Amino acid sequence: MTLIGSLGIIVFFGLVTLAVKPVGLYLYNVFDGGRTWLDPILVPCERAIYKLGGVDPKREMRWTEYLFAMLAFNLVGFVLLYPVLRLQGALPLNPQHFSGVGAHVAWNTAVSFVTNTNWQAYGGESTLSYLSQMWLTVQQFLSPITGLAMVLAFIRGLTRKNASTLGNFWVDLTRAFLWIALPVAAVAALVLIALGTPQNFAPYTVAHTLQGAKQVLPQGPVASMTSIMQFGDNGGGYFNTNAGYPFETPNSASLMFQLILGFLVPVGLTYYFGKKAGDTRQGWTIFAAMMVLFAFGVFATYWAEAAGNPLVSHVLQHAVPNMTGKETRFGVAGSSLFETSTTAVSWGSTAAANDSFTPIGSLILLFNMMTGEVIIGAWGVGLLGMLAFAILAVFLAGLMVGRTPEYLGKKIQAYEVKMATLAMIVPTFVILGLAAWAVSTNGGLSGIFNPGPQGLSEVLYAFSSGVGNNGSAMGGLNAAAPFYTWTVGFAMLIGRFPMYIPALAIAGSLVKKQSVPPSIGTFPTNSWLFGLLLISTVVIVGALVFFPALALGPLAEQFAMSGGHLFGGVPK
Amino acid sequence: MSAQVSRKRAGVFGRELIVKAIGDSFRKLSPLWMVKNPVMFVVEVGSALSTAVAIRLYVLGQPTVASFTLQIAIWLWLTVLFANFAEALAEGRGHAQAAALRGTKISATAKRQVGSTWEEVAATELRRGDVVRCSAGDLIPSDGTVIKGTAAIDESAITGESAPVIREAGGDKSAVTGGTRILSDEVWIEVTANPGETFLDRMISLIEGAVRQKTPNEIALAILLAGLTLIFVVVVMTTEAFAQYSGLHLQLVILVALLVCLAPTTIGGLLSAIGISGMDRLLRHNVLAMSGRAIEAAGDVNVIMLDKTGTLTYGNRMATEFVPLPSVEVKDLARSAMIASLADDTPEGRSIVALAKEQFGLTEPEDESEPPVYHSFTAQTRMSGVDLGSRQVRKGAPDAVLSYVGGVPAELEGRFGEIVDGIAHQGGTPLAVADGGRVIGVIHLKDIVKVGIRDRIAAIRKSGIRTVMITGDNPITARTIADEVGIDECLAQATPERKLEYIEQQKAAGYLVAMVGDGTNDAPALAAADVAVAMNSGTSSAREAANMVDLDSNPIKLIDIVEIGKQILITRGALTTFSIANDVAKYFAILPAMFVPIFPGLEALNIMHLTSPESAVLAAVIFNAVIIPMLIPLALRGVRYRPQSAAITLRNNLFIYGLGGLVLPFIGIKLLDMLITALGLVALR
Repeated sequence: MTLIGSLGIIVFFGLVTLAVKPVGLYLYNVFDGGRTWLDPILVPCERAIYKLGGVDPKREMRWTEYLFAMLAFNLVGFVLLYPVLRLQGALPLNPQHFSGVGAHVAWNTAVSFVTNTNWQAYGGESTLSYLSQMWLTVQQFLSPITGLAMVLAFIRGLTRKNASTLGNFWVDLTRAFLWIALPVAAVAALVLIALGTPQNFAPYTVAHTLQGAKQVLPQGPVASMTSIMQFGDNGGGYFNTNAGYPFETPNSASLMFQLILGFLVPVGLTYYFGKKAGDTRQGWTIFAAMMVLFAFGVFATYWAEAAGNPLVSHVLQHAVPNMTGKETRFGVAGSSLFETSTTAVSWGSTAAANDSFTPIGSLILLFNMMTGEVIIGAWGVGLLGMLAFAILAVFLAGLMVGRTPEYLGKKIQAYEVKMATLAMIVPTFVILGLAAWAVSTNGGLSGIFNPGPQGLSEVLYAFSSGVGNNGSAMGGLNAAAPFYTWTVGFAMLIGRFPMYIPALAIAGSLVKKQSVPPSIGTFPTNSWLFGLLLISTVVIVGALVFFPALALGPLAEQFAMSGGHLFGGVPK
Repeated sequence: MSAQVSRKRAGVFGRELIVKAIGDSFRKLSPLWMVKNPVMFVVEVGSALSTAVAIRLYVLGQPTVASFTLQIAIWLWLTVLFANFAEALAEGRGHAQAAALRGTKISATAKRQVGSTWEEVAATELRRGDVVRCSAGDLIPSDGTVIKGTAAIDESAITGESAPVIREAGGDKSAVTGGTRILSDEVWIEVTANPGETFLDRMISLIEGAVRQKTPNEIALAILLAGLTLIFVVVVMTTEAFAQYSGLHLQLVILVALLVCLAPTTIGGLLSAIGISGMDRLLRHNVLAMSGRAIEAAGDVNVIMLDKTGTLTYGNRMATEFVPLPSVEVKDLARSAMIASLADDTPEGRSIVALAKEQFGLTEPEDESEPPVYHSFTAQTRMSGVDLGSRQVRKGAPDAVLSYVGGVPAELEGRFGEIVDGIAHQGGTPLAVADGGRVIGVIHLKDIVKVGIRDRIAAIRKSGIRTVMITGDNPITARTIADEVGIDECLAQATPERKLEYIEQQKAAGYLVAMVGDGTNDAPALAAADVAVAMNSGTSSAREAANMVDLDSNPIKLIDIVEIGKQILITRGALTTFSIANDVAKYFAILPAMFVPIFPGLEALNIMHLTSPESAVLAAVIFNAVIIPMLIPLALRGVRYRPQSAAITLRNNLFIYGLGGLVLPFIGIKLLDMLITALGLVALR
């Protein structure tokens, strides 16, 4: 670890923290009737959209209706995307003349981009036409705003009293698109172009190198995809190498810009939440808990990567950091920060090869995803997950003040607990169940390129990434093999839509409740103590269930490595 | 033997109770019973599996492994038994009380009215609406309302209080309870309960736990615990798959041990005991809760409404000061006031005499030459006093006394008005005293706050509960008393409608309200309140509207009830937190033990330096088992409740049960491991 590296990371934390309040206030103005300077242009567009869609923006929806609107919207997204991928060979904007995507990969990809996962079982530049890439970009707009709408509904459930409705899904979606996703992505794309990212429809350039070799330089509408990919925490990169590829991330400035872009909405939402709750400290407490967990992850990864592999250091006779699989342009600090962020904020684009991380480094990445992508997390869903943990923390420890547990004055009772328990059980079952299935059947085993603990880590990573709708891959796994396209596809689906049911059910139940006014007898959820409790709940309830699996994966490998033992070899 | 006596005698750990509870713990092993508690049911299945494996290993001739497996199996069975024991013990205390009550149950006959005659019927045949006649010596056959007559009744069977109470037709003291005995006179009673539904019946079944419904919070917690258990089942099953993949074959018993240690067995085993003992604790305070829901609501209460008279103050106003007019000696005023009150038998009158004696050492005048002529208070005169020959001494409402003597001299008018208004402003009642045809001063009567009430109010307010005083007084008087007692708010000039309106208003604002009532006109407010405590001496409609009955008829007990409600919730939360925090240490004991054979590097996770994998697993399982009986006293008695803000309570309890729960098992497991090693319970490698 270097001083410069650590300072850079701390400065980054500072920048993120500075963004919390302004972004939160902007969100508040957009969704709660404030005014923004974009209104003169966007309000007419908004009206036109409602008119076109026959939406009455004043009509409020109950939780079930909100849920069905969301599901229907995403089903349509899937139904439109799948044929485009399959039929791209016959569709325009295909200068490289790629043929249609195979059934397994097309299903996996369609699910992946509808669920905001952006798990890529394909290599973009070698598989997809420009139309397909741009169609994916459309989904990269639609899936984050869906997530955002979910948390808006959830927050309304927590903050409205004696009501029955959670807002109008179409209105939330439209405003999130017009006021947030579209303008920021457009500006960000221009910034990326300025920083050197290509944006064109030209065929791939064929270059002849000085050595006389022929090199194909893939390109296309890259900046437009990269901006929303990062801003919307999608992570599905234009290129297979993703953010590590020079045309996607030409330099450190571009990397830093993309990093901040990814954090904006998720951190701003914590402030928005506090503002809606009528006590911004509620939001800051959640943000602080997220940041503590995140900072711990970043520095643990950075430490592990900087310490490197003792066996390599031994051979070289001096200590070297673990540079395998990392871009020299970004170095250990930059790569550690980006990869921890990609798993924490759930965007999933990678700027380094996670398979080459030290075991502790990959343990952190796994931890970020296994806790349910609540350490900041993607648009809406991160905060949603954290609020679910807050409800759980309040329920577990809140009894200790001698009152029925309540969060923001809403009593947490059997129904909420049932739904929160369901939300906790399902992802755990899917990750562990599918991983166990993968390591005990030929279909799964044959896709593992690195036997031993690393292989287990790779499998756990794939399913955690799928369920968490992260989309980053560790690598070392044949993600395009039917076993994984289907199981990971299933994991992505389960991790997204079924998880919204308990979340909205809780919101639908809480919104009906009267809120108990706070007094000194109220369990305080806006203090450092609650922050600490929340962190403990995430670690003990969220992560500890994966302890046995992690012990056999990254932990076993790390301790073996310190003991001078490696697990090498060829695939079985 | 009265129920009260037996209640006192049945201590927490009476020997008989323990013996019975041990027997019951085995009876409860029936899977049909266990399946109601998913956490412990999983442990039982694990115990059975381990036992089967141990037997098989003995048969296969592998005594070393078999001995280890058997020890684990034994401790798993003990875990189940300990949890059953906790529940049985809590139930046992209730059963003992129920048995005592059942002893008083009536097998008597009753005289039932048929037209204009009376027939003898068995008490069990009485239905709601029947009218019965009971006279001195009779047991009252069923619950009812006195519709004719007055009687002294011994209610000790229900309340444990031996002083007789008076029950009479009409008014707020008309309810009688089946099983109590008439001491004198005769009354007609209209039966208000069908057989099996009487107060005594309900009391018995409540105590026995036969109709004990789980409280809403208990249900929620049970769901979470079952969910966690289910998660750990999957964790353990998949761990086996991951171990297989890593080339390790795990023994079934180790997997079972891991599962049982991770499952929240501590709280799972003690959950029902906490609930039962909560009900029991209320009963020790002579309060009968009609549902568990009510007890829990008591903990949640934000507003408690207390009647001023009889709860906060000693019901009657008492003289506290004599204020003379100028040129009158205060001692003379006191003497005149005393003389005017000698024949006044009201508490006010007595307090005037007492104050005069106490402040000025006055004595009652010797026999006068002329016999005194007493004038007692009437609604018309609003005065009382005495004529001693031509000397007329009067005390009474200032305006009444003024008009009686024809006003005060002009120069004193201002001063008199000042004194009277001053007293009224302080919440007191001024009584003017006239002697010999002129007004000489004023007596200050005021409400006297009960001893110790201030501290209790202060304590309950510390936990964030708003206190409201209900009184028929005017707002100024009410406020003065409220300030003196330290009450937040007062509901002055309260009528039953006003009370109901206030409760609804508070509920609409999200508050939970607790109140006490006894009269029939309290019934609507009682029915609306979240926690409604009826006095046992109250009317049957009040008792039916309420969700708790205080057998001692002591309204201030509402505060105790709230504290008990909180205590139950705190106990449940503390043990849940403790139980879940325990998992961390258990992981660190069992995981290295499981995986070291294949990955020796994982020995680094054995931060407790436990001797061997077998001793580590056994130590974790034993810790998991013995922690249950060690926490039984806490579960039954409840975590100590201190009135303080939620933030401080949370901090303290998180420190004790959260951090304690994290650290304690590390120490406990290490000590057990040392003990196991020293005793050579498992083969060492």
